[in-house]
Amino acid sequence: MPINRIEVAMKPTLPDPAGEALRVRVREDLGITFEVARVIDVFILNAALREEELEKARCELFTDPIIQTSAINQSLATDYDCVIEVGFLPGVTDNVGRSSLEGVQDTLGRPLAKGEAVYKSTLYALKGVDKTTAETIAAKLLANELIEQYVVKTADEMKTLDGKPLLALPIVTQQSDAEVHEVSLELSDDALAALSREKMLALDLDEMRSIRNHYNHPDTRARRGRLGLPAAPTDIELEILAQTWSEHCKHKIFNATITYIDEHGDKHTIDGLFKTYIKGVTDAVSKRVPWLVNVFEDNAGIIQFDDDHVFALKAETHNSPSALDPYGGAMTGIVGVNRDVLGAGLGFQCIFNTDVFCFASPFYKGEIPPRLLHPKRVLRGVHSGVRDGGNQSGIPDVNGAIVFHERFLGKPLVFCGTGGLSPAVVGGRPAHKKAAKPGDHIVMTGGRIGKDGIHGATFSSEALHEGSPATAVQIGDPITQKKMADFLLEARDQGLFNCITDCGAGGLSSSVGEMAHKPGGASIYLDKAPLKYAGLAPWEIFLSEAQERMTLAVPPEHLDAFLDLARRREVEATVLGEYNNSGFLDCYYNGKLIGSLNMEFLHEGLPKMRLEAQLNPPEPAAELLLPSDESDLTSDLLQVLGALNVCSKESFVRMYDHEVLGLSVLKQFQGARRDGPGNSGVIAPVPGSKRGIAVSCGICPKYSDLDAYRMAACAVDEAVRNLVAVGGKLGTIAGLDNFCWPDPVQSASTPDGRHKLAQLVRACEALYDVCLAYDIPLISGKDSMKNDYRIGDTKISIPPTILFTAAAIIEDVGKVVSMDAKAPGHSVYVLGETRDEMGGSEYLALRGQLGVNAPEVRPFSARALYERLGKAIKDGLVASCHDCSDGGLGVALAETAFAGDMGMTVTLSPLGVDNGVIALFSESQSRFVVTVSPDNAAAFEATLDGHPCYRVGETSQEPVLRIVCADGRKVESDLDALRAAWKQPLNW
Amino acid sequence: MTVNALVLTGFGINCDNETERALARAGADAVRIHLNDLLEHLELMDKAHILAIPGGFSFGDHVASGKIIANRLRHKLGEPLQRFIGNGKLVIGICNGFQVMVKLGLLPLFDGAFKQETTLAWNDSCRFENRWVYLRAPQGNRCVWLKDIELLELPVRHGEGKFIPGNDEVLRRLQDNGQIAFQYAREDGAPANGEFPFNPNGATADIAGICDPSGRIFGLMPHPEGFQERENHPNWTRLPLPDEGAGLKVFRNAVEFARNEL
Repeated sequence: MPINRIEVAMKPTLPDPAGEALRVRVREDLGITFEVARVIDVFILNAALREEELEKARCELFTDPIIQTSAINQSLATDYDCVIEVGFLPGVTDNVGRSSLEGVQDTLGRPLAKGEAVYKSTLYALKGVDKTTAETIAAKLLANELIEQYVVKTADEMKTLDGKPLLALPIVTQQSDAEVHEVSLELSDDALAALSREKMLALDLDEMRSIRNHYNHPDTRARRGRLGLPAAPTDIELEILAQTWSEHCKHKIFNATITYIDEHGDKHTIDGLFKTYIKGVTDAVSKRVPWLVNVFEDNAGIIQFDDDHVFALKAETHNSPSALDPYGGAMTGIVGVNRDVLGAGLGFQCIFNTDVFCFASPFYKGEIPPRLLHPKRVLRGVHSGVRDGGNQSGIPDVNGAIVFHERFLGKPLVFCGTGGLSPAVVGGRPAHKKAAKPGDHIVMTGGRIGKDGIHGATFSSEALHEGSPATAVQIGDPITQKKMADFLLEARDQGLFNCITDCGAGGLSSSVGEMAHKPGGASIYLDKAPLKYAGLAPWEIFLSEAQERMTLAVPPEHLDAFLDLARRREVEATVLGEYNNSGFLDCYYNGKLIGSLNMEFLHEGLPKMRLEAQLNPPEPAAELLLPSDESDLTSDLLQVLGALNVCSKESFVRMYDHEVLGLSVLKQFQGARRDGPGNSGVIAPVPGSKRGIAVSCGICPKYSDLDAYRMAACAVDEAVRNLVAVGGKLGTIAGLDNFCWPDPVQSASTPDGRHKLAQLVRACEALYDVCLAYDIPLISGKDSMKNDYRIGDTKISIPPTILFTAAAIIEDVGKVVSMDAKAPGHSVYVLGETRDEMGGSEYLALRGQLGVNAPEVRPFSARALYERLGKAIKDGLVASCHDCSDGGLGVALAETAFAGDMGMTVTLSPLGVDNGVIALFSESQSRFVVTVSPDNAAAFEATLDGHPCYRVGETSQEPVLRIVCADGRKVESDLDALRAAWKQPLNW
Repeated sequence: MTVNALVLTGFGINCDNETERALARAGADAVRIHLNDLLEHLELMDKAHILAIPGGFSFGDHVASGKIIANRLRHKLGEPLQRFIGNGKLVIGICNGFQVMVKLGLLPLFDGAFKQETTLAWNDSCRFENRWVYLRAPQGNRCVWLKDIELLELPVRHGEGKFIPGNDEVLRRLQDNGQIAFQYAREDGAPANGEFPFNPNGATADIAGICDPSGRIFGLMPHPEGFQERENHPNWTRLPLPDEGAGLKVFRNAVEFARNEL
């Protein structure tokens, strides 16, 4: 096939913003300076085109005549020292290439032949660098070798190249073995364990033995003999079992029986953390909240929004893929959780996203262990992936956080959440009820299948190690997914399917396996599956985690209509088999039965894990050193405002579309200059109705090392008080728990597993206690239990982390409150008690100390306070309300002031805390800074009577924040300085 | 008279719901229609009075924003679209829709023929940003969508919104014809003069939107459909604002014009 190369660049007379952005980034991230970069888009057309067709495509499709210049088979790079070309590796999703192909077909008015394709790459022409430096830029910044290929050439080398292509065409040529193999399990224990490791099954010895026993059972043997299947499992059967039984899918740790020795040495038996604490608290609370619709069973938790609508909420993590390929990993995280919501009930429309990331400091100066990327690169990549995934899907990002802790160097955490809305009744059926019926067709929609993400489910159940596969990485394609989502909601409204689920971790094996559970069996014909390229073994087809796919059950009477609608929407939909009640999951390939798994064994045969947990005694506390001699705490406050966990993330958040769909009520940044940090995102999802949803998050891994119970309690309280601060009411709040833990299973490589598991028990206890007190049902959640890095002697385990996502139903969005001070002369109040709880605080962290006493949540007194504050907000008495969290009261006061462009004069003596450092920087929970107009002050104080509510000062026109502490120590700073300190550190 | 409005969907367009809502609230009988359905039912174009190309990421902005869908419209909807505008009907393209119109040459439409005379390039910041801007409709502009609108605050949400005319002559003609419909401004309505963030992308002459010489075809980067409720405004908790978002006026103007003139 002829190969033609079209290069497109900005006209030489115009500046090249992409080149300039690259130059700045290379300087900032790598400390390398050079003169000029030009960025040239390269489209490789591997297609039989006539010369005039090629010219037409160049002019009409690829070139913007106003600002660009282009050339065919001729390089536009001029006046450079080195060029770098970066393109994809074979098999990696090339979204631009695929769209370009459609554009070429439109332009030529004819379809291209099978196998003809467009490939996108990028050429960087750099002036003022030598080849070694260019290699560094390519490797460290431009290309990720897991998914991309690159080449560096000097100007001289380019001359001798004489127009030959720089990169190999990314066409998959490697063929897998399409044979089905049997895998004997008649092995010693050691050999069984080795087999699990080699095949990346991530099954332990007990589990391997259970499988062997099942295959050795006379009934199994007899049946297999009749069907012509070997006595030993086939590779596809073993792979299905491994993936269905993975930690990722079965949550083995959360379902394990745990023998727990608590801090007093008392022994307890816990019959599953999930059942005891998570489901336990939801069961207990469910009697008091009448709005639960479907919890724990579906892809997302579903609650009632109003009489006519139901609301679905889900959050997911995508940590391991994001560690390897931050951009692709995070993008598949966000579009993946969108599919969870799209696949909840009969299909929900996604109405908002949330995102929370945990990284090591982007200013980290130490060595980067092998296979890890610098945290700055991880941050930029993850942010871009979530940005592109969300923006291109047309889903607003309404809330999030970026959290920093040194141990996230070992694994970044990438939490992506999504809310969805559906009419309560769709196509004449309740939106939350679904089930495949025997006789329904198995239909797969969306993208095609490649080797992407094979073993993703088992991979994410393991520590990051040297053999971690490149195939675990996927790249998302939001537009294919957007087309599919639009199509599926149309099909839903026409009642064309009985059941839908996301084709995510574990691919078809997981989605078909789950959906076959209710009808009681399925037959699937794997040779019918649409592939990106030839050469996948049947088991690979079944397990591939290629993105943008959903699996459905379509009844025979609607199949034609379903496929016809798919065709008109240009969404690929393929019938792969049918559901039945045979009791078996049967897999066929080219007419031959290659696997038959007993559904009961598949879903119920997993032996229950037994684990031990024991809390280590607390480390002897280092003596706490609080400076006592400084009388002026201004510079301390400025420093804390600039701490990474406190400072503004605006430059990142601005890059998310946070208003598409037109439902926005409270945005991330608020106030006179729209730069104050909001507490919760608020939207009004049903046009014409003032009923709304507030969503917030709480996450505080920095307290984990001191006390995992308090860490978890603080996470819940932070999310809740963020909702309360805007007007959210207890009793309307639903929660999601996302656990990310270092491996808590005792082993040679995890000698402190018992302690880490005990921390998990403690965190679950806290979740139970606080949610019970606040009447919060947990409607969905997820756990990721192997967040460790281990290569050679280096082991880095993340601090145990819970992300608590909370959503409240708001009766009238017209009454919600923003965080910015509104006018001069308003009274300033601090609500809640300030205590000596400096442990884990930002203030101590800046001094290299951890401290002792992590903040403690006292949920019963907090609840009473929240209810009174809620009443004051409802009565319209509150001008502004701001949550007090990371950094403490000083930060909350400063943010309230500069967001409102209002000065403030405050005396903290009413708080009853003598030490000014503690008053300003302790991170005691359940506190707010509230401003109230003089007209409402008396009514406000009356409403809060009997609760911790302290009038500490007044707002003023003069743009200065003045704080006097009980011990006479002071803060005095103009607002610009406060704002600058807060904005500067991450203003990229 | 019923004013019929078609709102294009499909292929990554994603502001279709709120654009449909805005036209409906303005009094039109608005329907969202997938591009492929429209191509199968071209007669719908004859019945419609208003065509809206909403914002979004058609084809992921691959190659360049709006480019691939513009290419498709040129090749598959060219004639019906010519007829549509020849009959004096109204078109609005918002954000990605504006990018589509510019690359298709549906704007500025100096001589009635589709020809690309301008472009929307990467923002000077080289990043997608979401922020609210102040807009001023210059005196003497012909845009029927902006009747009685002088100043308006709207959100921008784009990465490629830097308006660039092909040459000075194009800019002069836009000015002379009253085709510059919206310009980025300061809070008091004074010109942004290119200064960030008032001019969020570095657009030439602060241009945020242009219309054709008849004023009936209008394209703009900011999102009028994104300001339909008081609560959409970023400062509604600080300011006395009417319940209805000011962005709706743009659509009311068009529906009223269609009702009276078509």
